[in-house]
Amino acid sequence: MIPPAFEYHRPTDLASAVGLLAQLGDEARVIAGGHSLIPMMKLRMAEPAHLVDLQSVGELKGITVAGDHVQIGAMVTQSDLITHDGLARAIPLLREAALQIADPQVRYVGTVGGNVANGDPGNDMPGLMQCLDAHFTLTGPSGSRDVAARDFYHGLYSTERADDEILSRITIAIPSGGYAYEKQKRKIGDYATAAAAVLLNRRGGTVSSASIAMTNLSDIPVWSQAAGEALIGTDCGAEAVTAAVAAMLADIDPQADNRGPIAFKRHVAGVILARAIARAWSRA
Amino acid sequence: MAKKIHVTLTVNGEAQEFLAEPRELLIHTLRERLGITGPHIGCETSHCGACTVDMNGRSVKACTLFVAQADGADITTIEGLGGPDGLHVLQRMFREHHGLQCGYCTPGMITRAHRLLQENPAPTEEEVRFGMAGNLCRCTGYQNIVKAILAAAAEMNAKEAAE
Repeated sequence: MIPPAFEYHRPTDLASAVGLLAQLGDEARVIAGGHSLIPMMKLRMAEPAHLVDLQSVGELKGITVAGDHVQIGAMVTQSDLITHDGLARAIPLLREAALQIADPQVRYVGTVGGNVANGDPGNDMPGLMQCLDAHFTLTGPSGSRDVAARDFYHGLYSTERADDEILSRITIAIPSGGYAYEKQKRKIGDYATAAAAVLLNRRGGTVSSASIAMTNLSDIPVWSQAAGEALIGTDCGAEAVTAAVAAMLADIDPQADNRGPIAFKRHVAGVILARAIARAWSRA
Repeated sequence: MAKKIHVTLTVNGEAQEFLAEPRELLIHTLRERLGITGPHIGCETSHCGACTVDMNGRSVKACTLFVAQADGADITTIEGLGGPDGLHVLQRMFREHHGLQCGYCTPGMITRAHRLLQENPAPTEEEVRFGMAGNLCRCTGYQNIVKAILAAAAEMNAKEAAE
């Protein structure tokens, strides 16, 4: 499995990286951890003539927890997410999810930016970012713009990011309340058969707010507004969970593949969401 | 053909310098260019962990890294941990606890276990299993691999306490 030849570039600042993309055009792709791109190149399903490696771009590194927001550089790895104490205190949902991604070796290399920017519905971070209402900063030749994670995904590997833009940073308002990321997978390192991200707030005995997103159950991540709304004002009991699951099932569109037929995936999605709601409620 | 780049690596403490196509995979650099054949090629799809090496203090799968990405890196393979003249405690414990049968996964297992114990010197059994989840073994059923790693941790900690 020998990947196709390419020319290699390792810029040391974001302006140079963006400049290289502008100069090289369609022939160029950025590479972060490479754990999605390199397998695709080995299969010759991707044959970029130029790779722009982002590993030395300082502006894309680091996690900042300040006030009511968290900022995560695109080149932060899953392992960095897991080991950052301040982040684990601010948004424990991120750590819970990152621990369920791939395996230790892949988490040392795989980046958050790559995970959200690739547009692969199997990736866990996109649904998670929609649940958290994160914003992505896209940096291109004419400057930077912010896009909500909930508006970023258009279709399979198709996103709001233009070819000459780099997803440089993720900004998240620190959420309150209970959380859970629940994932069903066939084996370590596999993508989800179904996964659910849940954030809940409790006032007295009832749910005051809820955000629910599902992974790998459509060609894009699914933030199910209706599923969240089905919980609000309820006691989060069995009836409310059933209503939320029914609302979620109306929003997903899974396809049959080697993880199972459609009916199975819908079944698993319901089980996983019910578990995630229960765990988030127990922490709210 | 894309132009070659000048690569420098430190592998098991030794400086290496050569020209290579950027697309060369690190596992091929190690095995074919440098003759360091401890890291193995198993699945070639970043699942099995047979190719695991330590790069800048992190365990990585050398089948899924271009040598260009590794340019400037400090790499340790199983050969850098110990050999016939002086086995690393992990190597000794894998032998003592029958942590291998065919041996194909073993260099990756031990290289990964070494990093795991650097980060968590006294892991629980569950932490060992979670920390070793990126390495597959088709022979042992893992029981003896876990035992060997826990025994190595205990010996390393006892030695440290005695010093």
